[in-house]
Amino acid sequence: MEDCLAKKMEITVSEAEKRTGRNAMNIQETYTAYLIETRAVESQSEGQCAPVDSLWRRYSEFELLRNYLSVTYPHIVVPPLPEKRADFVWHKLSADNMDPDFVERRRIGLENFLLRVASHPILCQDKIFYLFLTQEGGWKEMVNETGFQLKADSRLKALNATFRVKNPDKRFTELKHYSDELQSVISHLLRVRARVADRLYGVYKVHGNYGRVFSEWSAIEKEMGDGLQSAGHHMDVYAASIDDILEEEEHYADQLKEYLFYAEALRAVCRKHELMQYDLEMAAQDLTSKKQQCEELATGTVRTFSLKGMTSKLFGQETPEQREAKLKVLEEQIQEGEEQLKSKNLEGRDFVKSAWADIERFKEQKNHDLKEALISYAVMQISMCKKGIQVWTNAKECFSKM
Amino acid sequence: MEAEGRLPGPPLHTPSPGGGGGAGADSDPDPPAGAPDAARGPLLAAAEVLSLDDEEDDLEVFSKDTSLAEVNSFSPSMPISPSSMINQYKFEDEPELRDLFITVDDPESHITAIETFITYRVVTKTSRGEFDSSEYEVRRRYQDFLWLKSKLEEAHPTLIIPPLPEKFIMKGMVERFSDEFIETRRKALHKFLNRIADHPTLTFNEDFKIFLTAQAWELSSHKKQGPGLLSRMGQTVRAVASSVRGGVKNRPEMFTEMNHYMETFSQKIIVLDKIAHRIYKEEREYFNEMKEYGPIHTLWSASEEDIADSLKGVASCIDKCCKATEKRMAGLLENLLPILHEYVLYSEILMGVLKRRDQIQGELDSKVDALANKKTEKDLFSEEIGKLEDKVECANNALKADWDRWKQNMQCDMRSTFTSVAENNLHYYEECLATWESFLASQTVHPHVEEDSEDRP
Repeated sequence: MEDCLAKKMEITVSEAEKRTGRNAMNIQETYTAYLIETRAVESQSEGQCAPVDSLWRRYSEFELLRNYLSVTYPHIVVPPLPEKRADFVWHKLSADNMDPDFVERRRIGLENFLLRVASHPILCQDKIFYLFLTQEGGWKEMVNETGFQLKADSRLKALNATFRVKNPDKRFTELKHYSDELQSVISHLLRVRARVADRLYGVYKVHGNYGRVFSEWSAIEKEMGDGLQSAGHHMDVYAASIDDILEEEEHYADQLKEYLFYAEALRAVCRKHELMQYDLEMAAQDLTSKKQQCEELATGTVRTFSLKGMTSKLFGQETPEQREAKLKVLEEQIQEGEEQLKSKNLEGRDFVKSAWADIERFKEQKNHDLKEALISYAVMQISMCKKGIQVWTNAKECFSKM
Repeated sequence: MEAEGRLPGPPLHTPSPGGGGGAGADSDPDPPAGAPDAARGPLLAAAEVLSLDDEEDDLEVFSKDTSLAEVNSFSPSMPISPSSMINQYKFEDEPELRDLFITVDDPESHITAIETFITYRVVTKTSRGEFDSSEYEVRRRYQDFLWLKSKLEEAHPTLIIPPLPEKFIMKGMVERFSDEFIETRRKALHKFLNRIADHPTLTFNEDFKIFLTAQAWELSSHKKQGPGLLSRMGQTVRAVASSVRGGVKNRPEMFTEMNHYMETFSQKIIVLDKIAHRIYKEEREYFNEMKEYGPIHTLWSASEEDIADSLKGVASCIDKCCKATEKRMAGLLENLLPILHEYVLYSEILMGVLKRRDQIQGELDSKVDALANKKTEKDLFSEEIGKLEDKVECANNALKADWDRWKQNMQCDMRSTFTSVAENNLHYYEECLATWESFLASQTVHPHVEEDSEDRP
């Protein structure tokens, strides 16, 4: 962690701006651009503030960066981006991407993403990431030049395709199961939370109606007038207080959402491992069958049924020269295959080792962050209760003076 | 208690029926401190339209419609706490002043060939001399209460007779004979009789006594006596006829003010009733969602190790808050909703009383006008007019006294009800606060204990 970029550089996504421009298909579109500001962290003794560098990026560039990182570091649980479209909204929040509240929360989410990457011991050292932060022009071309798209396995895109792996690694199977559960439970939680927020909003806001009616009623009352009027004022305060409360809660929801998306990243690592294992097993299988073929050719015995075998029986056997040639080819292929298998095995073992190291790191981070989030939720509830106590204490006093 | 047979004059120490504890004994209200300027005269609220703020436009606009359409607030699954029943039986008055104690309970279903109906047990305990016994137990059905009310209205046209619960709820989701409905009605009937018992004049009404003491067959035969239906209808027709013409132009200023007051009060109380119902509905919806919220955390904790305890802690907090919100809802249902509803009915009653006073005045006015035109039979007329003048004066005095009494009680009731609403909410927030604070304490203490638990399998 000592070498990670986050320690050496201050990174913020400080502003968001609406822009219009022409896209790749020459169609006019509106999008939001985000200002990334970076500044080298100077040691205290220097006492000078380094200049701030800044550049603008839009969401699609963030996506490109993340795709690049996912493909280039398949064994890493790559931090997720904030959601593309507003999801799990309760009615008062807009689901519109251009809504200023949504844009603001996305800005915070993007900053969080950059900080996560910059704090990751391996990812923070990536050149492309560094250039993303420091070089505005030509960055896209540089990313494409790395040729990472070629490395991307299109099979991974088919999320639901199953690869029948004969000897699955139990740890990865369990982890994949866990990531599915995590995704399911967090999205359920977020859905219900949104509904609870909706209802809570309703309760508070209806109390606001008291204010006006009390005020109108107080006009015809002699003794009750003052009490009613001031009680009404407190009801207005009560009704208004819910807006801030729920806005704060939205940040809590965003924290959970991050781990909802992290679960997806975790799952992706498991899938990659699965794929690797599958390829390995396929390669091993292929090698075995080639060896068998070799043996059959050499000894002339047909152990397994093959069309070639049948045809050669029917139409006469090959000439020794033909057989010799085939044998040679097969032997070469076997040689190749064995080397490939060896390197695949090595690759696999390396993958498992480094993946598991990152998974452990991720687990610790997740436990720490989620616990903090739950604590902050409790703090929010406490604050809400205290506000409620204050308002109703005041209201009670007014009522008792009626 | 006031002496029997005395005409109701200015109220002395009038006990407040079912109202706030002890505070109703003030006979001289303090001079208003800094009362709003407009309070003295009538404030015509007729032009007001209740529109909601922009941010509340998802809430319904509360119109002046007086239909009882919004009474759909009773959830069959809502338990009524037994302690609320005790409150209904408890008399907030100084017990020494009361000599008549009435309870309404034990609803029972009766099925005959023609109909099905409910009777309620009415128990009366009294130390009054004019009652032959000190304890009575009778069974009465809703019809009997209606009869009593109409007899009281007949005998005292310008007194404020307490409201009865409605015959049935129109658009509600409440079945006619559901437990919910019966219980609400029972409580209202109990309140009705007690309000009568607390009224300085009505408490000594003969029909009231018969209602409390007569056995079923005695009551039936007594009901059949007295002015028949047709003559009663005749009275109504005459009353309506005279109301069309008179009673308004010679109306004393005081009663015009009362009318204006009642117009505004009526509007406001109806809106308040709707607001209260809406709050109840919103709280119930919130409760329903909260019920699902806690268990998700418990479910999640099953897939976690390190944070399982924190998750379970949050689940438990949410569940406790859920229970607290249930209590809060129950409080609304027991306190605020019935009182507001009662005063909605009261405002109708009061408008009716004011009208009847006008009618009585109208009778006098039309006779005076007739005298001015006729010039003959002067003596006969003047005797009649004298009687009518007395009648008007009695009616006015009765109404004035009862009005003052009603206003005081209303103030008391409102103060105590809204104060208890505030207390309810305070308890709710205090309970939730305690829950979350104890959770927080558990999370930030013993970090070393957490590290140990990681090592355990």
